[in-house]
Amino acid sequence: MRHIISLLMENEAGALSRVAGLFSARGYNIESLSVAPTEDPTLSRMTIVTSGSDAVIEQINKQLNKLVDVAALIDLSEGEHLERELMLVKVRAEGETCEKVKRVADGFGGRVIDKSDSTCTFELSDTCARLDSFLQAIDRSLILETVRTGASGIGRGGRILKL
Amino acid sequence: MELTGAEIAIKCLQEEGVEYVFGYPGGAVLFIYDALFNQDQVKHILVRHEQAAVHAADGYARSTDRVGVALVTSGPGLTNAVTGIATAYMDSTPLVIISGQVPTGAIGEDAFQEVDAVGITRPCVKHNFLVKDVKNIAQTIKKAFYLAKSGRPGPVLVDIPKDVSNQKAVFDYPASVAIRSYQPAGKGDSGQIGRAAQMLLEAKRPMIYSGGGVILSDAAGQLTELTRLLGFPCTNTLMGLGGLSASDRHFVGMLGMHGTYVANMAMQHCDVLLAVGARFDDRVIGNVEHFAQVPRKIIHIDIDPSSIAKRVKVDLPIVGDVKLVLSDLLEALRGSRVPDQPAISAWWQQLKEWQTGGGDMRYRNSTEIIKPQFVIEKLYEITGGDAFITTDVGQHQMWAAQYYPFDHPRRWITSGGLGTMGFGLPAAMGVQLAHPGATVACVTGEGSIQMNIQELSTCKQFRLPIKIIALNNGYLGMVRQWQEFFHGNRYSETYMDALPDFVKLTEAYGHVGMRIEKPSDVEPALKEAFARKRDLVFLDFRTDPAENVYPMVPGGKGLSEIILAEEL
Ligand SMILES: Cc1ncc(C[n+]2csc(CCOP(=O)(O)OP(=O)(O)O)c2C)c(N)n1
Repeated sequence: MRHIISLLMENEAGALSRVAGLFSARGYNIESLSVAPTEDPTLSRMTIVTSGSDAVIEQINKQLNKLVDVAALIDLSEGEHLERELMLVKVRAEGETCEKVKRVADGFGGRVIDKSDSTCTFELSDTCARLDSFLQAIDRSLILETVRTGASGIGRGGRILKL
Repeated sequence: MELTGAEIAIKCLQEEGVEYVFGYPGGAVLFIYDALFNQDQVKHILVRHEQAAVHAADGYARSTDRVGVALVTSGPGLTNAVTGIATAYMDSTPLVIISGQVPTGAIGEDAFQEVDAVGITRPCVKHNFLVKDVKNIAQTIKKAFYLAKSGRPGPVLVDIPKDVSNQKAVFDYPASVAIRSYQPAGKGDSGQIGRAAQMLLEAKRPMIYSGGGVILSDAAGQLTELTRLLGFPCTNTLMGLGGLSASDRHFVGMLGMHGTYVANMAMQHCDVLLAVGARFDDRVIGNVEHFAQVPRKIIHIDIDPSSIAKRVKVDLPIVGDVKLVLSDLLEALRGSRVPDQPAISAWWQQLKEWQTGGGDMRYRNSTEIIKPQFVIEKLYEITGGDAFITTDVGQHQMWAAQYYPFDHPRRWITSGGLGTMGFGLPAAMGVQLAHPGATVACVTGEGSIQMNIQELSTCKQFRLPIKIIALNNGYLGMVRQWQEFFHGNRYSETYMDALPDFVKLTEAYGHVGMRIEKPSDVEPALKEAFARKRDLVFLDFRTDPAENVYPMVPGGKGLSEIILAEEL
């Protein structure tokens, strides 16, 4: 099953490679991984999207917790949570194509952030699954580039990951 | 007063009460060696290869409850140390390894003798650090010792660039450290412990299975008390030997690939299994699916949550320091009901049958050719069962485990997890330094000993009277055995041709060498060697090249699919 794991880790050089190395060394799946500093400059927050059997997910959580730099961890999938991913899509602009894509993007809350004679770039932020649907809804042959950040996750309501 | 980074590093070792540093100098650690030179509190043991420095520190740590320390230079010094570090990691030995690094300004430029030490060692250390500021050296080394020793122990690397070791800062050694992102487990959950007590009391076919965690946590006393209180059978893993005295009547021997028939059968058929500081590894329980075919309740005590439910499903996990958990479990059991006596007696009856029916730990001795098992039995007799035994890896290691029963923890020093040939001799050096008057023997093979034979020179320099018991069968015996069993007797590259004359070789290093070819000479030779209290003696026993280690659970098979010795 797909899981979103969120963690706080020391903002130390090499901390990211410890996590990435753990996944490759132990053969765990990694769908996406995103990381950035938080309002507390000593901490980074990472969101990992992974998949595996219950036993594998349990091991992933334990192995991550075991890393000395990992200060706190939550498996968001075990409760109510929100997930957002940012995607930038550049499509070929020929005749009506840009308009066509825009109509689809509107339905996904997307917007145009750049335009040129031959291209048009959209920005969308949604769940990973919704972004996938968007890509399926538009004409694939128009796509010049897609860039996705990987998911960021946060618990709903009072579910908070903090030190 | 300001000190250089190098001086600070050495001061830290002094503050930690470090007796010995095992190391090898080089460009990147010149300042640190200079600081060593100017003091005599921390003694340096100059090895002949960095792998040996780490194994020696490892042997020192395993035979005591202290942290072992190694010091190596950058580049090849560090890469040579990696096998030692990985060995310590797999067996959870507390080590601090200090490595030199090229100057900070040169990092990333493919400088002379530059390797990414932190990157290379990341998967085989508990944690590692690159110290970029001299002001952080003291705090980092303090953290390194704390991390190495607390929780589930392990090796910690501190990489110090050359320029940092020559910059100055005020020395201030912190009295304690706290790492907010690191909280090792202490006591176990009392509710879980209560439930465990209940489950143990209800067991009809109970089994206690203990591993290296019992040794590391110094919990042999608690394990013994618990086993006796319950009257349950107990087995030890290779890493756990000595956790319960081998002469205790509840002890049913080692389990696993070369464990006793009774231990493996009891493991397979028990209804409640108490696993203590052990990790159900593949050499121990064989095929997990086969193991799971018999339903049983598993209670698992371990300080490392990730060891629990990793390979087998666990019904009752208890995360905590083995010693503290066992003490609380004893408390919970004392004064409560007693186990189901009739059921336990019937279970013991079954175990007795397996014990006699198994035919394991028997071999056919010979008057013509030396049997390796016979050498180990005699070694046990002549050392009164009271030696520190280190080993290399192979058949000799398994025979030592099978035929030298251990009554105390920390006497048996072997590379279990990584299975590192070349571990035995340097590990024995560390053990001998930690226990100067004690009898230390390294049981090895003619293959393994050649992986760190250069350390005979270190032994000469530091007058380490180790006894090397080489079971020389002319083959990479354990591999040959697998080739015999599973590869149609095709002995591909396992014959050790062109062996050196070990007697002359030992003599060339300034020690005593003996070659023993007849069974009748085994005992006199061992007596003579162990009477030489001040000499290192290399005993080259020419043993039966065809002998195999039995019993054997073939790789990937289940515990009850064990191959026993041919009818004797
Ligand atoms: C460094 C290393 N290389 C290879 C192996 C694989 N291996 C395991 S046992 C063994 C044979 C060891 O031969 P020897 O030391 O003569 O001992 P014996 O089995 O004959 O007692 C080998 C090659 C290993 N464990 N370690």
